[in-house]
Amino acid sequence: MHELSLCQSLVRQASRVAAEHGARSIRRISVRIGLLSGVEADLMLHAFPFASRGTAAEGAQLDMELCPVRVYCPQCNRDSEVPSNHLNCPHCGYWQTHLSGGEELLLASIDLGVETDAQTLTSSKPWEVPHV
Amino acid sequence: MCDTCGCAIPDHLYHATNEQTVRTVEVLEGLKAHNDQTARHNRHHFDAAGVLVINLMSSPGAGKTSLLEATIEALKSRYRIAVIEGDLDTENDAERIRAKGVPAVQITTGNACHLDADMVHQAVHALPIKDLDILFIENVGNLVCPASFDLGQHANVTLLSTPEGDDKPLKYPVMFRISDLVLITKTDLLAVLDDFSCAAVAAHIRQLANPAPVMALSSRQGRIEPWLNWLEEQMVKRRTPHFTPVTANARPSGVMRPHVRTHAHV
Repeated sequence: MHELSLCQSLVRQASRVAAEHGARSIRRISVRIGLLSGVEADLMLHAFPFASRGTAAEGAQLDMELCPVRVYCPQCNRDSEVPSNHLNCPHCGYWQTHLSGGEELLLASIDLGVETDAQTLTSSKPWEVPHV
Repeated sequence: MCDTCGCAIPDHLYHATNEQTVRTVEVLEGLKAHNDQTARHNRHHFDAAGVLVINLMSSPGAGKTSLLEATIEALKSRYRIAVIEGDLDTENDAERIRAKGVPAVQITTGNACHLDADMVHQAVHALPIKDLDILFIENVGNLVCPASFDLGQHANVTLLSTPEGDDKPLKYPVMFRISDLVLITKTDLLAVLDDFSCAAVAAHIRQLANPAPVMALSSRQGRIEPWLNWLEEQMVKRRTPHFTPVTANARPSGVMRPHVRTHAHV
Protein backbone atom coordinates (compact mmCIF):
# COMPACT_ATOMS: atom_id res chain seq x y z
CA MET A 1 0.00 0.00 0.00
CA HIS A 2 2.98 2.32 -0.40
CA GLU A 3 2.64 2.57 -4.18
CA LEU A 4 1.69 6.27 -4.07
CA SER A 5 4.88 7.22 -2.23
CA LEU A 6 6.92 5.04 -4.58
CA CYS A 7 5.23 6.75 -7.54
CA GLN A 8 6.10 10.13 -6.04
CA SER A 9 9.77 9.20 -5.79
CA LEU A 10 9.60 7.75 -9.32
CA VAL A 11 8.25 11.10 -10.59
CA ARG A 12 10.96 12.99 -8.66
CA GLN A 13 13.72 10.82 -10.11
CA ALA A 14 12.34 11.04 -13.65
CA SER A 15 11.85 14.82 -13.39
CA ARG A 16 15.42 15.21 -12.19
CA VAL A 17 16.74 13.25 -15.19
CA ALA A 18 14.54 15.30 -17.53
CA ALA A 19 15.89 18.55 -16.04
CA GLU A 20 19.45 17.29 -16.41
CA HIS A 21 18.79 16.75 -20.11
CA GLY A 22 17.06 20.09 -20.55
CA ALA A 23 13.76 18.43 -21.45
CA ARG A 24 10.47 19.97 -20.43
CA SER A 25 8.26 16.94 -20.87
CA ILE A 26 8.48 13.22 -20.25
CA ARG A 27 6.66 11.05 -22.78
CA ARG A 28 7.17 7.61 -21.28
CA ILE A 29 8.63 6.10 -18.11
CA SER A 30 9.79 2.48 -18.09
CA VAL A 31 10.11 0.67 -14.78
CA ARG A 32 10.96 -2.91 -13.89
CA ILE A 33 9.02 -4.46 -11.05
CA GLY A 34 9.89 -7.86 -9.63
CA LEU A 35 7.10 -10.11 -8.43
CA LEU A 36 8.86 -10.35 -5.04
CA SER A 37 9.45 -6.60 -4.70
CA GLY A 38 6.30 -6.09 -2.64
CA VAL A 39 4.88 -3.64 -5.17
CA GLU A 40 1.59 -4.10 -7.02
CA ALA A 41 1.79 -2.98 -10.65
CA ASP A 42 -1.94 -2.16 -10.85
CA LEU A 43 -1.71 0.11 -7.81
CA MET A 44 1.31 1.86 -9.37
CA LEU A 45 -0.75 2.52 -12.51
CA HIS A 46 -3.58 3.99 -10.44
CA ALA A 47 -1.25 6.12 -8.33
CA PHE A 48 0.82 7.48 -11.23
CA PRO A 49 -1.63 10.15 -12.52
CA PHE A 50 -1.95 11.58 -8.98
CA ALA A 51 1.78 11.52 -8.32
CA SER A 52 2.65 13.10 -11.67
CA ARG A 53 0.05 15.89 -11.73
CA GLY A 54 1.69 19.27 -12.27
CA THR A 55 5.13 17.76 -12.97
CA ALA A 56 7.16 17.16 -16.13
CA ALA A 57 5.85 13.60 -16.04
CA GLU A 58 2.18 14.57 -16.25
CA GLY A 59 0.54 12.74 -19.13
CA ALA A 60 3.50 10.39 -19.58
CA GLN A 61 2.90 6.75 -20.30
CA LEU A 62 3.98 4.42 -17.49
CA ASP A 63 5.35 1.15 -18.88
CA MET A 64 5.93 -1.61 -16.36
CA GLU A 65 7.94 -4.69 -17.08
CA LEU A 66 7.07 -7.39 -14.57
CA CYS A 67 10.11 -9.50 -13.73
CA PRO A 68 9.45 -13.13 -12.79
CA VAL A 69 10.86 -14.76 -9.69
CA ARG A 70 13.95 -16.82 -10.57
CA VAL A 71 16.21 -18.94 -8.41
CA TYR A 72 19.67 -20.34 -9.02
CA CYS A 73 20.30 -23.82 -7.65
CA PRO A 74 23.93 -24.36 -6.58
CA GLN A 75 23.34 -28.12 -6.48
CA CYS A 76 22.21 -28.73 -10.06
CA ASN A 77 23.63 -25.46 -11.41
CA ARG A 78 20.37 -24.36 -13.04
CA ASP A 79 18.43 -21.12 -13.05
CA SER A 80 14.64 -21.52 -13.05
CA GLU A 81 11.46 -19.46 -12.92
CA VAL A 82 9.43 -20.31 -9.81
CA PRO A 83 6.25 -19.14 -8.01
CA SER A 84 6.88 -16.37 -5.48
CA ASN A 85 6.14 -18.62 -2.48
CA HIS A 86 7.99 -21.71 -3.66
CA LEU A 87 11.65 -20.88 -4.04
CA ASN A 88 13.13 -24.39 -3.89
CA CYS A 89 14.75 -25.84 -7.01
CA PRO A 90 11.97 -27.20 -9.28
CA HIS A 91 14.42 -29.69 -10.84
CA CYS A 92 16.25 -31.36 -7.96
CA GLY A 93 14.22 -30.10 -4.98
CA TYR A 94 17.26 -28.56 -3.22
CA TRP A 95 15.89 -25.88 -0.87
CA GLN A 96 18.79 -23.48 -0.34
CA THR A 97 18.60 -21.72 -3.67
CA HIS A 98 19.71 -18.15 -4.37
CA LEU A 99 17.24 -15.61 -5.68
CA SER A 100 18.40 -14.48 -9.12
CA GLY A 101 15.37 -12.38 -10.12
CA GLY A 102 12.10 -10.99 -8.83
CA GLU A 103 13.29 -8.29 -6.42
CA GLU A 104 13.70 -5.59 -9.08
CA LEU A 105 12.28 -2.14 -8.42
CA LEU A 106 14.02 -0.05 -11.01
CA LEU A 107 13.53 3.08 -13.07
CA ALA A 108 14.90 1.65 -16.33
CA SER A 109 14.56 4.48 -18.85
CA ILE A 110 12.54 7.54 -19.77
CA ASP A 111 11.56 9.02 -23.11
CA LEU A 112 12.01 12.77 -23.16
CA GLY A 113 10.20 15.10 -25.51
CA VAL A 114 12.96 17.24 -26.99
CA GLU A 115 12.00 20.12 -29.20
CA THR A 116 13.89 20.34 -32.46
CA ASP A 117 15.94 23.43 -33.29
CA ALA A 118 13.52 24.77 -35.89
CA GLN A 119 10.64 24.68 -33.44
CA THR A 120 12.47 26.29 -30.59
CA LEU A 121 12.70 29.38 -32.77
CA THR A 122 8.91 29.63 -32.98
CA SER A 123 6.34 29.67 -30.23
CA SER A 124 5.85 26.39 -28.41
CA LYS A 125 2.10 26.87 -28.69
CA PRO A 126 0.94 25.82 -32.15
CA TRP A 127 -2.17 27.98 -32.03
CA GLU A 128 0.02 31.05 -31.69
CA VAL A 129 2.11 30.23 -34.75
CA PRO A 130 1.20 32.80 -37.44
CA HIS A 131 -0.16 31.48 -40.72
CA VAL A 132 2.09 31.91 -43.70
CA MET B 1 -6.57 10.28 -35.63
CA CYS B 2 -4.19 13.06 -36.54
CA ASP B 3 -4.62 14.15 -40.17
CA THR B 4 -1.03 15.23 -40.56
CA CYS B 5 0.82 12.13 -39.53
CA GLY B 6 -1.77 9.50 -38.68
CA CYS B 7 -0.77 9.24 -35.04
CA ALA B 8 -3.32 8.51 -32.34
CA ILE B 9 -1.93 10.55 -29.48
CA PRO B 10 -4.50 12.75 -27.75
CA ASP B 11 -2.62 16.03 -28.19
CA HIS B 12 -2.36 15.43 -31.96
CA LEU B 13 -2.97 19.07 -32.81
CA TYR B 14 0.08 20.04 -30.84
CA HIS B 15 1.94 17.08 -32.25
CA ALA B 16 1.05 17.91 -35.85
CA THR B 17 2.28 21.46 -35.82
CA ASN B 18 5.12 21.31 -33.34
CA GLU B 19 6.58 17.85 -33.59
CA GLN B 20 8.93 16.78 -30.86
CA THR B 21 11.69 14.28 -31.20
CA VAL B 22 11.69 11.71 -28.46
CA ARG B 23 14.96 10.85 -26.82
CA THR B 24 15.24 7.75 -24.66
CA VAL B 25 17.50 8.05 -21.64
CA GLU B 26 18.59 4.96 -19.76
CA VAL B 27 18.47 5.56 -16.01
CA LEU B 28 18.68 2.19 -14.19
CA GLU B 29 18.15 3.64 -10.74
CA GLY B 30 16.37 1.91 -7.86
CA LEU B 31 12.99 3.41 -6.93
CA LYS B 32 13.97 3.28 -3.29
CA ALA B 33 17.37 4.92 -3.82
CA HIS B 34 16.60 7.67 -1.30
CA ASN B 35 15.42 5.27 1.41
CA ASP B 36 18.36 2.95 0.83
CA GLN B 37 20.81 5.83 1.12
CA THR B 38 19.26 6.94 4.43
CA ALA B 39 19.28 3.32 5.66
CA ARG B 40 23.03 3.11 4.94
CA HIS B 41 23.44 6.36 6.84
CA ASN B 42 21.50 4.92 9.81
CA ARG B 43 23.65 1.77 9.73
CA HIS B 44 26.71 4.00 9.87
CA HIS B 45 25.30 5.60 13.05
CA PHE B 46 24.55 2.19 14.57
CA ASP B 47 27.95 0.71 13.72
CA ALA B 48 29.80 3.78 14.95
CA ALA B 49 27.91 3.58 18.26
CA GLY B 50 28.41 -0.20 18.48
CA VAL B 51 24.71 -0.88 19.00
CA LEU B 52 22.88 -3.99 17.76
CA VAL B 53 19.68 -2.98 15.93
CA ILE B 54 16.79 -5.42 15.52
CA ASN B 55 13.76 -4.70 13.30
CA LEU B 56 10.67 -6.46 14.73
CA MET B 57 7.85 -7.08 12.26
CA SER B 58 4.50 -8.88 12.45
CA SER B 59 0.75 -8.48 12.02
CA PRO B 60 -0.95 -6.11 14.48
CA GLY B 61 -1.51 -7.92 17.76
CA ALA B 62 1.04 -10.72 17.25
CA GLY B 63 2.75 -9.77 20.51
CA LYS B 64 5.70 -7.54 19.57
CA THR B 65 5.28 -5.19 22.53
CA SER B 66 4.63 -8.05 24.99
CA LEU B 67 7.76 -9.83 23.78
CA LEU B 68 9.75 -6.60 24.20
CA GLU B 69 8.43 -6.14 27.74
CA ALA B 70 9.49 -9.67 28.67
CA THR B 71 12.84 -9.24 26.90
CA ILE B 72 13.61 -5.97 28.69
CA GLU B 73 12.71 -7.57 32.02
CA ALA B 74 15.15 -10.43 31.33
CA LEU B 75 18.04 -8.41 29.89
CA LYS B 76 17.94 -4.90 31.34
CA SER B 77 20.34 -5.70 34.17
CA ARG B 78 23.01 -6.68 31.61
CA TYR B 79 22.34 -4.61 28.51
CA ARG B 80 21.40 -1.00 27.89
CA ILE B 81 18.27 -1.22 25.76
CA ALA B 82 16.09 1.31 23.92
CA VAL B 83 13.05 0.96 21.67
CA ILE B 84 11.71 2.86 18.66
CA GLU B 85 7.96 2.27 18.42
CA GLY B 86 6.11 2.61 15.11
CA ASP B 87 2.33 2.91 15.09
CA LEU B 88 -0.28 4.75 13.07
CA ASP B 89 -1.38 6.55 16.23
CA THR B 90 -1.11 6.73 20.06
CA GLU B 91 1.84 6.68 22.47
CA ASN B 92 0.50 3.52 24.15
CA ASP B 93 3.33 1.18 23.18
CA ALA B 94 6.10 3.66 24.03
CA GLU B 95 4.47 4.19 27.44
CA ARG B 96 4.42 0.42 28.05
CA ILE B 97 8.15 0.29 27.26
CA ARG B 98 9.01 3.35 29.38
CA ALA B 99 7.17 1.71 32.27
CA LYS B 100 9.89 -0.96 32.12
CA GLY B 101 12.50 1.74 32.70
CA VAL B 102 14.09 1.99 29.26
CA PRO B 103 13.99 4.92 26.80
CA ALA B 104 11.41 4.70 24.01
CA VAL B 105 10.65 7.00 21.08
CA GLN B 106 7.21 6.75 19.54
CA ILE B 107 6.90 7.39 15.81
CA THR B 108 3.30 7.95 14.79
CA THR B 109 3.10 7.43 11.06
CA GLY B 110 -0.40 8.85 10.53
CA ASN B 111 -1.67 6.75 7.66
CA ALA B 112 1.67 5.33 6.55
CA CYS B 113 1.70 1.56 6.78
CA HIS B 114 5.42 1.10 7.55
CA LEU B 115 8.46 2.83 8.99
CA ASP B 116 11.02 4.19 6.56
CA ALA B 117 14.66 5.05 7.03
CA ASP B 118 13.98 8.80 7.37
CA MET B 119 11.56 8.28 10.27
CA VAL B 120 14.06 6.02 12.02
CA HIS B 121 16.83 8.53 11.41
CA GLN B 122 14.87 11.25 13.22
CA ALA B 123 14.09 8.92 16.11
CA VAL B 124 17.73 7.83 16.40
CA HIS B 125 18.75 11.42 17.06
CA ALA B 126 16.31 11.53 19.96
CA LEU B 127 18.08 8.60 21.67
CA PRO B 128 21.38 8.38 23.57
CA ILE B 129 22.63 5.93 20.94
CA LYS B 130 26.25 5.81 22.12
CA ASP B 131 25.07 4.60 25.52
CA LEU B 132 23.09 1.66 24.13
CA ASP B 133 23.82 -2.03 23.53
CA ILE B 134 20.58 -3.08 21.83
CA LEU B 135 18.05 -0.95 19.94
CA PHE B 136 14.75 -2.59 19.01
CA ILE B 137 12.67 -1.05 16.24
CA GLU B 138 9.06 -2.18 16.59
CA ASN B 139 7.71 -1.70 13.08
CA VAL B 140 4.08 -0.91 12.23
CA GLY B 141 1.92 -4.03 12.56
CA ASN B 142 1.63 -5.15 8.94
CA LEU B 143 2.91 -8.22 7.10
CA VAL B 144 3.24 -6.44 3.75
CA CYS B 145 4.90 -3.02 3.53
CA PRO B 146 7.54 -3.02 6.31
CA ALA B 147 9.39 -5.77 4.41
CA SER B 148 10.11 -3.40 1.52
CA PHE B 149 11.98 -0.69 3.45
CA ASP B 150 15.50 -1.06 4.80
CA LEU B 151 15.88 0.93 8.02
CA GLY B 152 19.57 0.25 8.62
CA GLN B 153 18.92 -2.65 11.01
CA HIS B 154 21.30 -5.58 11.49
CA ALA B 155 18.58 -8.24 11.57
CA ASN B 156 14.92 -8.68 10.68
CA VAL B 157 12.88 -10.64 13.20
CA THR B 158 9.33 -11.62 12.25
CA LEU B 159 6.73 -12.74 14.78
CA LEU B 160 3.90 -15.09 13.85
CA SER B 161 1.28 -15.65 16.55
CA THR B 162 -0.48 -19.00 16.67
CA PRO B 163 -4.05 -17.66 16.10
CA GLU B 164 -2.92 -16.26 12.72
CA GLY B 165 -2.41 -19.75 11.23
CA ASP B 166 0.73 -21.59 10.19
CA ASP B 167 0.40 -20.79 6.47
CA LYS B 168 1.25 -17.06 6.80
CA PRO B 169 4.81 -17.50 5.37
CA LEU B 170 3.31 -18.75 2.09
CA LYS B 171 0.76 -15.91 1.99
CA TYR B 172 3.34 -13.20 2.75
CA PRO B 173 6.54 -14.52 1.13
CA VAL B 174 8.15 -11.09 0.71
CA MET B 175 8.36 -10.56 4.46
CA PHE B 176 9.11 -14.11 5.59
CA ARG B 177 11.81 -14.58 2.94
CA ILE B 178 13.88 -11.69 4.30
CA SER B 179 13.49 -12.65 7.97
CA ASP B 180 16.67 -13.59 9.81
CA LEU B 181 14.67 -15.14 12.64
CA VAL B 182 11.04 -16.26 12.90
CA LEU B 183 9.38 -16.32 16.32
CA ILE B 184 6.14 -18.23 16.84
CA THR B 185 4.39 -16.38 19.67
CA LYS B 186 1.41 -17.18 21.92
CA THR B 187 2.27 -20.89 21.95
CA ASP B 188 0.37 -21.12 25.26
CA LEU B 189 -2.71 -21.13 22.98
CA LEU B 190 -1.58 -24.26 21.10
CA ALA B 191 -3.62 -26.36 23.53
CA VAL B 192 -6.80 -24.95 21.98
CA LEU B 193 -5.51 -24.42 18.41
CA ASP B 194 -5.26 -27.95 17.08
CA ASP B 195 -4.74 -26.81 13.47
CA PHE B 196 -1.48 -24.91 14.08
CA SER B 197 1.79 -26.74 13.56
CA CYS B 198 5.17 -25.21 14.44
CA ALA B 199 6.83 -27.78 12.16
CA ALA B 200 4.68 -26.56 9.27
CA VAL B 201 5.88 -22.97 9.86
CA ALA B 202 9.50 -24.15 9.66
CA ALA B 203 8.75 -26.14 6.48
CA HIS B 204 7.14 -23.07 4.88
CA ILE B 205 10.14 -20.92 5.77
CA ARG B 206 12.43 -23.51 4.08
CA GLN B 207 10.10 -23.47 1.06
CA LEU B 208 11.09 -19.79 0.76
CA ALA B 209 14.76 -20.89 0.69
CA ASN B 210 15.24 -19.15 4.02
CA PRO B 211 17.55 -20.85 6.56
CA ALA B 212 16.33 -18.61 9.43
CA PRO B 213 15.82 -20.36 12.79
CA VAL B 214 12.17 -20.81 13.83
CA MET B 215 11.51 -20.60 17.59
CA ALA B 216 8.36 -21.26 19.63
CA LEU B 217 7.78 -18.77 22.47
CA SER B 218 5.21 -17.63 24.99
CA SER B 219 5.81 -14.17 26.45
CA ARG B 220 2.85 -14.62 28.81
CA GLN B 221 4.33 -17.78 30.32
CA GLY B 222 7.88 -16.39 30.27
CA ARG B 223 9.11 -19.03 27.79
CA ILE B 224 11.43 -16.86 25.68
CA GLU B 225 14.86 -18.45 26.36
CA PRO B 226 15.69 -19.43 22.72
CA TRP B 227 15.13 -15.80 21.67
CA LEU B 228 17.27 -14.46 24.52
CA ASN B 229 20.04 -16.90 23.56
CA TRP B 230 19.81 -15.78 19.94
CA LEU B 231 20.16 -12.13 21.05
CA GLU B 232 23.22 -13.06 23.15
CA GLU B 233 24.76 -14.73 20.07
CA GLN B 234 24.18 -11.58 18.01
CA MET B 235 25.81 -9.46 20.74
CA VAL B 236 28.85 -11.75 20.77
CA LYS B 237 29.06 -11.57 16.97
CA ARG B 238 28.87 -7.78 17.00
CA ARG B 239 31.68 -7.56 19.50
CA THR B 240 33.88 -9.98 17.56
CA PRO B 241 36.11 -8.33 14.97
CA HIS B 242 35.25 -9.06 11.31
CA PHE B 243 31.61 -9.65 12.14
CA THR B 244 29.48 -9.91 9.03
CA PRO B 245 25.96 -8.59 9.64
CA VAL B 246 23.09 -11.02 9.22
CA THR B 247 21.18 -9.03 6.63
CA ALA B 248 22.29 -9.73 3.10
CA ASN B 249 22.46 -6.08 2.13
CA ALA B 250 24.14 -4.90 5.32
CA ARG B 251 27.73 -3.77 5.15
CA PRO B 252 30.56 -5.17 7.26
CA SER B 253 30.83 -3.10 10.41
CA GLY B 254 34.45 -2.11 9.76
CA VAL B 255 33.71 -0.38 6.46
CA MET B 256 32.23 3.09 6.74
CA ARG B 257 30.87 4.72 3.66
CA PRO B 258 31.40 8.43 3.27
CA HIS B 259 28.58 10.32 4.70
CA VAL B 260 26.76 12.96 2.76
CA ARG B 261 24.50 14.27 5.52
CA THR B 262 25.10 17.75 6.73
CA HIS B 263 23.83 17.50 10.30
CA ALA B 264 26.27 17.41 13.19
CA HIS B 265 26.93 14.05 14.73
CA VAL B 266 27.04 13.98 18.49
